[in-house]
Amino acid sequence: MSLGLSGLKKSIWVYHVACSPCNNCDIEILDLLTPRFDVERFGIVLVGSVRHADALLVTGMVNRQVKPRLQELYLQAAKPCVVFAIGSCAVSGNFFRRSYNMAGPVDRAIKEVDPNAIIVYVPGCPPKPEAMISGVVKAIGFLDNLKAKK
Amino acid sequence: MKETIIPIGPFHPLLEEPELFTLKVDGDTVIDVDVRIGWNHRGIEKLSQGLTWDQVPFLIERICGICSTSHPYACVLAMEEICDIEAPPRAQYIRPVVAELERIHSHLLWLGLAGHFIGYNTVFMWAWKYRELTLDSLEQLTGNRNHYAMFKAGGVRRDFSQKAMDFTMKAMDETEKATKMFLGAVLDDPVMHKRLKGVGVLTYEDAIQYSAVGPTSRPSGVDHDARRDDPFDAYGISHDKGVWKAIVLQDGDVFAKAACRILEILESIKIIRWCIENIPDGEIDAGVKEIPAGEGCGHYEAPRGEVFHYMRSDGSNFPIRHKVRAPTYNNLPTYKATCPGAHIADVALITASIDPCYCCTERVGVVDKLGTKHILTQDDLTKLSVKKTNEIRRKLGKTTYDPYAKMI
Repeated sequence: MSLGLSGLKKSIWVYHVACSPCNNCDIEILDLLTPRFDVERFGIVLVGSVRHADALLVTGMVNRQVKPRLQELYLQAAKPCVVFAIGSCAVSGNFFRRSYNMAGPVDRAIKEVDPNAIIVYVPGCPPKPEAMISGVVKAIGFLDNLKAKK
Repeated sequence: MKETIIPIGPFHPLLEEPELFTLKVDGDTVIDVDVRIGWNHRGIEKLSQGLTWDQVPFLIERICGICSTSHPYACVLAMEEICDIEAPPRAQYIRPVVAELERIHSHLLWLGLAGHFIGYNTVFMWAWKYRELTLDSLEQLTGNRNHYAMFKAGGVRRDFSQKAMDFTMKAMDETEKATKMFLGAVLDDPVMHKRLKGVGVLTYEDAIQYSAVGPTSRPSGVDHDARRDDPFDAYGISHDKGVWKAIVLQDGDVFAKAACRILEILESIKIIRWCIENIPDGEIDAGVKEIPAGEGCGHYEAPRGEVFHYMRSDGSNFPIRHKVRAPTYNNLPTYKATCPGAHIADVALITASIDPCYCCTERVGVVDKLGTKHILTQDDLTKLSVKKTNEIRRKLGKTTYDPYAKMI
C-alpha cells in the first residue's frame, strides 16, 4: 500500500465521470488543462480509460441510472484510487437532493461498494479552477499523512 | 451486407445531456444513426413546481452550465408575461450584456473543441485562452464565472459597476482581435476547407423538417432568430438601429456552422458594446410582489438555439406547471439527416457540430454481427479524425502534425 501511495501522489492521472451534471463543473475541469491554469505542469493528465486513472473526478448528482455505472467504474479503477466529488451536486445534492431521481450523493454511492474509499470534497457551484487545484493539493497532503501512519 | 453497430455513450462527459448514439456502419460509412436520451434526468420540471417564484430562476440556471443565462432569461420572460410587466430600462440593458457574454464564451468553447477534434490542438488552447477574458468580465460584472444568478422576475438582482463595464469594454477589444484572427485562420485555411466543406450537410428542407434551431439551422439558410423575430429588452431597439444582424449562411455543412458561430461572436461583441455605451440610469428591479393567476411563455435565443419556457400560475407562490424545451432536444434528431453517408472519422465532428459540448473521453464499443467486440475510445475516434486531416495536408503538400505521436 505504501509504495502504491507514493506512486499515486507523484503524477495524478484523472478520469472524469460526469454523473448527471449541469456541465459547469465539467467545463471548469477542462479549463484546468488550458493555458490559464495548465495543471499538466503538475503532472495531472486527463486520461481516456478508468483503468489508467489514479483519481476519479466525479461531477453532478448521482441519479438512479448512473449509480450502478459509477460504482462499476470505481471498482474497475486500480486501487488505491482517490475520488474527488467536485461541485455542490456531487458533495451534497445541491438543489437536486429533493429530486425523485436522486440516488444519493457521490460519497454514499461509492462507500456502498468500498467503505474505505478516499473521498475529497470540493464544494462550490461551480468550484473555481483554483479550488480544484487546492483540493488536489490537500489530497496529496492527506496521502502523505496516510503514508506516514503506515 | 455486413452491418456493424457502434454504440457511442451513454457516458458523454461534458454533454448537456448524456445520450446514447447507435451508429450502423458498413465498412467506414455510416448508414443509420439512432439517438437515445434521458441519462441526465434530474426531474427539474417537477422540482421547479415545488419552489417559490423567487427560487425558480436559481434552479433553472442549473439546467445547463453553459446556457446558465438563457434558461433563466426565458423563464423570467414567461413570469413577466403572466404579470404583464416589463423590466425597468436599465435592467433591459443589463440582461443582454450578460446573455451575450455567455454566447461568446459558449461559442469559443465550441470552437476550441471543434479544433481539438480535427487535430488542431492549437485552436483548442487559444480559443480557451481567449475565453478566459470573457469569464473574467462575467466575474467582474456578476460575481461568478458561471451561474450568474442575475435574473429575477421584473428585473435583475445586481447592478453593474462602472469599473466592471470599463473592464468588459477592454476585454471585448481583445476578444474581437482574437475572433478576427480565428476567422482568418479558419476561413482562409485550405486544409479546413477540404476537411470541413461538404461534411455533415444539413439541407434547408431537413432543417425545417427536423425543426432545427439556432446555429444548427441558420447555416442551412433558415432565417430565424428569437431575439430579432420576437424582440424583447434592448435587442429590438439595437436591431432596429442596425447594431447587429442575425447570421444566416447557405451551405449547411460543418464549415458553415463553424463560420456562423465565429461571425455570431462578432455580432455579440457589437451588442455588448452598444448596450454598455447606451445603458440608462435608474432602477434595476420593478419590484414584483406576487405572480397573479395565468400562464405565460418566454423564449430566448440561447447559444445553441431557441429555448422555450412555459409557466402556469394559480396565484399561489409556486408555479403549478413549468415546461422547458432546450435547443439540443430539437437539434439531436438532425443526426438522422447529417450522419448517414459520412465516414466514421467525421462522426465525432458532425455530432460536435450541433454543439452538444462533445469533448473529453467516452467509450465506444464496436459490435459486429458475429458478436466480436472491439472497444474504440474517444481517443481512437479523435485519432481517426486527425489522420484524415493529415492525409489532406499531405495531399496539399503541407507538413503533417500529429498531437498524439509523442503521447504513444
